[in-house]
Amino acid sequence: MNYPISRRKVIAGLGLLGVAMIAGCENKQALSSIHGTDLSDENFGRSFTLTDPQGKERTLADFHGKIPMVFFGFTQCPVVCPTTLARAARIKKLLGADGDRLQVIFITLDPDRDTPQVLEAYVHAFDPSFIGLYGNTQQTADAVKEFKIYYQRIAAGDTYTLAHTATTYVLDANGKLRLSLSSSLTAQECAEDVRKVMALG
Amino acid sequence: MILSKFASLSLLFCGLFAMTSQASAQVSVHDAWVRATVPGQHATGAFMQIVSTTDGKLVDVGSPAAKLVQIHQMVMNNDVMSMQQVAEVKLPAGTKVALEPSSYHVMLMDLNQQIKEGDEVPFTLTVEDAAGQRQIINVSAPARALNAE
Repeated sequence: MNYPISRRKVIAGLGLLGVAMIAGCENKQALSSIHGTDLSDENFGRSFTLTDPQGKERTLADFHGKIPMVFFGFTQCPVVCPTTLARAARIKKLLGADGDRLQVIFITLDPDRDTPQVLEAYVHAFDPSFIGLYGNTQQTADAVKEFKIYYQRIAAGDTYTLAHTATTYVLDANGKLRLSLSSSLTAQECAEDVRKVMALG
Repeated sequence: MILSKFASLSLLFCGLFAMTSQASAQVSVHDAWVRATVPGQHATGAFMQIVSTTDGKLVDVGSPAAKLVQIHQMVMNNDVMSMQQVAEVKLPAGTKVALEPSSYHVMLMDLNQQIKEGDEVPFTLTVEDAAGQRQIINVSAPARALNAE
């Protein structure tokens, strides 16, 4: 049987839809005027399962409440990895007291050579709060796929180096991917963007 | 007759010697440094500025610090970093050519030992001038902290 919907209900319904749409827009506008790229509408970078240098399993959910800043690299990298981690240390300082809310996570693309000892010593050379994580072949592949990272081994003599995505990812305190920060941005620009993610709660 | 042949050969050799001992390109190296490493880290990079008085090219770099030393070029494309070995780096006359993190640099791979901040790392640079003559330049590069910017 067809019940006619009253005009009042239609208007109320539309009103509710309008409020919902505006509320949705408010959320997106929170990340306007940023130097990086807003990834709030994207559906990747949702999880990882890796191991820390002490052998403990760490997932992305472990960092809820903090603002994770994730970078994929390798310690044999002479250029982009050290400069990105040095920049991350400066970003943390620029954030002042809020720097304690930032959790920098360095995920190795080269677990064959980046042993837990090397990984820990390496990230701690930049800041004692930084965490280096590694995985087995499957876990590394899963994390790489989830964060849409490109990487490739390049032969060099008897050994190899890696080409890889140099982008840094920032997630909010609920583990939602929010930002990508190009390696070309300054520490100041990144800190400004991170403050906006922190303001989301 | 033999004597005159000998004489002419000697003259030839003297002539050649004179040619090679004429001033070849003057090459100077500035601000060389190596990024320090943590124990167990197998590779790092070295950076410097090179100026040649005449047109030339850097064709080889060596160091006892690593089993494999190569000249690499860093390429950034859509925020994807890749590196490739290059055979040479052109040194246009009088131009300061920088081997720096964002472009050419020396890759030290399969390090023989940890490079600590403050260590002096020796390098030999082979520069070839426009006439094809090569010279070796010895450089000592201090190691800067791993987190040096």
